[in-house]
Amino acid sequence: MKRLLKGGRVVDPVNGRDGAFDVLIDGDRISRIARNIPADGAHVIDVPAGFVVCPGFIDMHVHLREPGQEHKETVATGVASAVAGGFTAVACMPNTSPINDNAGVTEFILKKAAEARRARVYPIGAVSKGSNGEQLADIGELRAAGCVAISDDGRPVRTALLMRRALEYAAMFGMPVLDHCEDPSLKGEGVAHEGYQASSLGLRGIPGVAESIMVQRDIALAEMTGAPVHICHMSAAESLRAVREGKRHAAKVTCEVAPHHFTLTDEALAAPVSYDTNVKMNPPLRGTADREAMVEGLVDGSIDAIATDHAPHHYDEKKVEFDQAPFGIVGLETCVSIALDRLVHPGLLGLPRLVELLSVNPARILSIPGGALTEGAVADLTVLAPDLQTVVDASKFRSKSRNTPFDGWHLRGSVAATIVGGHTVYVNELAEGAARFE
Amino acid sequence: MTTRIETPVQPQSTVSTLRHKDLLGIADLTPDEIRLILDTAEAMREIGYRPIKKVPTLRGKTVVNMFFENSTRTRTSFEIAEKRLSADTLNIAAATSSVAKGETLVDTAMNLEAMAPDMIVLRHASSGACHLLARICRAGIINAGDGMHEHPTQALLDAFTIREHKKQIAGLKVAIIGDLLHSRVLRSNVQLLTKLGAEVWVSGPPTLMPPGIERDGVHRTTSVEDAVEGADVVMLLRVQLERMQGTFFPSLREYFSLFGMTCERLRRAKPDVIIMHPGPMNRGVEIASEVADGPYSVILEQAANGVAVRMAVLYLLAGGVEHEAAA
Repeated sequence: MKRLLKGGRVVDPVNGRDGAFDVLIDGDRISRIARNIPADGAHVIDVPAGFVVCPGFIDMHVHLREPGQEHKETVATGVASAVAGGFTAVACMPNTSPINDNAGVTEFILKKAAEARRARVYPIGAVSKGSNGEQLADIGELRAAGCVAISDDGRPVRTALLMRRALEYAAMFGMPVLDHCEDPSLKGEGVAHEGYQASSLGLRGIPGVAESIMVQRDIALAEMTGAPVHICHMSAAESLRAVREGKRHAAKVTCEVAPHHFTLTDEALAAPVSYDTNVKMNPPLRGTADREAMVEGLVDGSIDAIATDHAPHHYDEKKVEFDQAPFGIVGLETCVSIALDRLVHPGLLGLPRLVELLSVNPARILSIPGGALTEGAVADLTVLAPDLQTVVDASKFRSKSRNTPFDGWHLRGSVAATIVGGHTVYVNELAEGAARFE
Repeated sequence: MTTRIETPVQPQSTVSTLRHKDLLGIADLTPDEIRLILDTAEAMREIGYRPIKKVPTLRGKTVVNMFFENSTRTRTSFEIAEKRLSADTLNIAAATSSVAKGETLVDTAMNLEAMAPDMIVLRHASSGACHLLARICRAGIINAGDGMHEHPTQALLDAFTIREHKKQIAGLKVAIIGDLLHSRVLRSNVQLLTKLGAEVWVSGPPTLMPPGIERDGVHRTTSVEDAVEGADVVMLLRVQLERMQGTFFPSLREYFSLFGMTCERLRRAKPDVIIMHPGPMNRGVEIASEVADGPYSVILEQAANGVAVRMAVLYLLAGGVEHEAAA
């Protein structure tokens, strides 16, 4: 079956497109992009004015919790959440139970993803067996089973030597190592950004340097080995400085930032609700200078990707003392609205740059399909309603969990529809005209 | 030990009620509310001098003391205060509660709440534990110390003690010396003393200095001598080894030699300086025995005043004057 998207604004930086184009989808592929394509028997969808058609967004850092923690999220609910947030693909971290350190777990995740038939799922394998920082996991086997990268996320790659070996070994398969950068001794028992807010609330601090010191280690090793390293959920200004320096020296370093780190600061610890466990994440919300640095990095190109670090937790687990609560918040269903409201509408960056951050670069870093609306490529598309006034309502999330600090936020811009492999997998009922994509 | 002061401090507050359900921290109080508590404590203290140390003010009210951390002074002080006001009291300690069986704090509190207590006095090792309960309980929550955050009744009794000796707090130089980082007493005292206009100096090893403490309007220094110079009040804080993760200073011996309060260091203070310590003291660590037991020490008065101050807090949170009118 052919479908013709007519008259929308197409933003496709890889192919240099930003303007009114028609997109012809044939089966699961994009068959043509041009101005004024004749219908020629195709089902015509008149794209509502103001909507924007983009290559499908890819969230390269999510936790789907299955196997092992299905009370928080399953692959099925996770990918339902993903498409509702405009993501046509996600890369899921290996810190499940058991850890995704062998082909059996990878195959299980992919089987669940195939059954769910929503977003594409790209598993990330563990760097070390059990992610315990000692023996390398069976990386070749993980690769063959479908893993696209390796990471011990949730914890850092423990030693410089293990990191070196992981970089060298994974580069053989063209896989990057994604590192959760954090010096365990500097983090200690910290639960919030080290600074005035944590101090006055009596919370143990985690300094920004706990992150940047390991970013610097990783970049040094990437330079030495010539292998690609990717810095996960960067939060500190010092880390960004190290990444910029590394890029200047042509180290193969890329990095991502999460929406909460370019939106919120540690002041959220005290207000509007003090000790709200939904502002507890790792790395923590940092100071104003750090937040501003993250925005600057997104604008000037030194940050490569926006990734949510979607970390669902059951409400019971968060309804405890602040220092007892698990780290992390859900992010899939708020990311695009936050990015549009906080980055695009204030004029900090244009839609083409946003598409780079959410689609082009994640596809490039992970060497996975997508990131461009190229003829013959899979028809993964995210359709935006950039001006739609949106109120975040956590009770309506597709995710199993609701741990978000953004509940009730008024944001301008949202997703209108999500198309994966030519099939519409999500339509935003609140976006007028989006039903045409059904 | 100094003798009882017979002329009470004149009332200084201009408000007559405390419009809060809970006492979570000094941060939530206005200067006038602080003065009201201190003035009320002044009246409450007299009850402790009577042959029959009991008034019917909180008759029929149930107060639960939940102490999830060890405490002698604070728990006893609250319990005496509650009994003097005729409240029905019960004590729950972590070791004997369902928490030891894995129940969450919220579940423990909700089950207690179902039995309709009027107030819960909570001590807990986690900062913000009282805020969590305050959001879900109808009962008033009184913070008896939460982690490294606040210990508001300690700061109130400290202020009461200072006021008794110095008549007012505004303009005094107060030096607070010790393990600042891990101290909830510090945080409450900084809030209270700066709100009432004292000049607060804090001193201790740089490794135990809370980040950004100067934003609270205090002077920070690693020189104990500078902190003590011309001080009206010197308050020592306990070195909390049990809260320390890793090494913060080389040895207790070196700590004492650099930061311990000795008679010699104390000579820099005003001649009528008072020495305070919230207890429990580590003699020979943050304070020399000669200072703790010396003529400037008001440490035992602090303990005595704790009862009156906690009576005032219980009374005011239960409704104060309005409560009596309704009864």
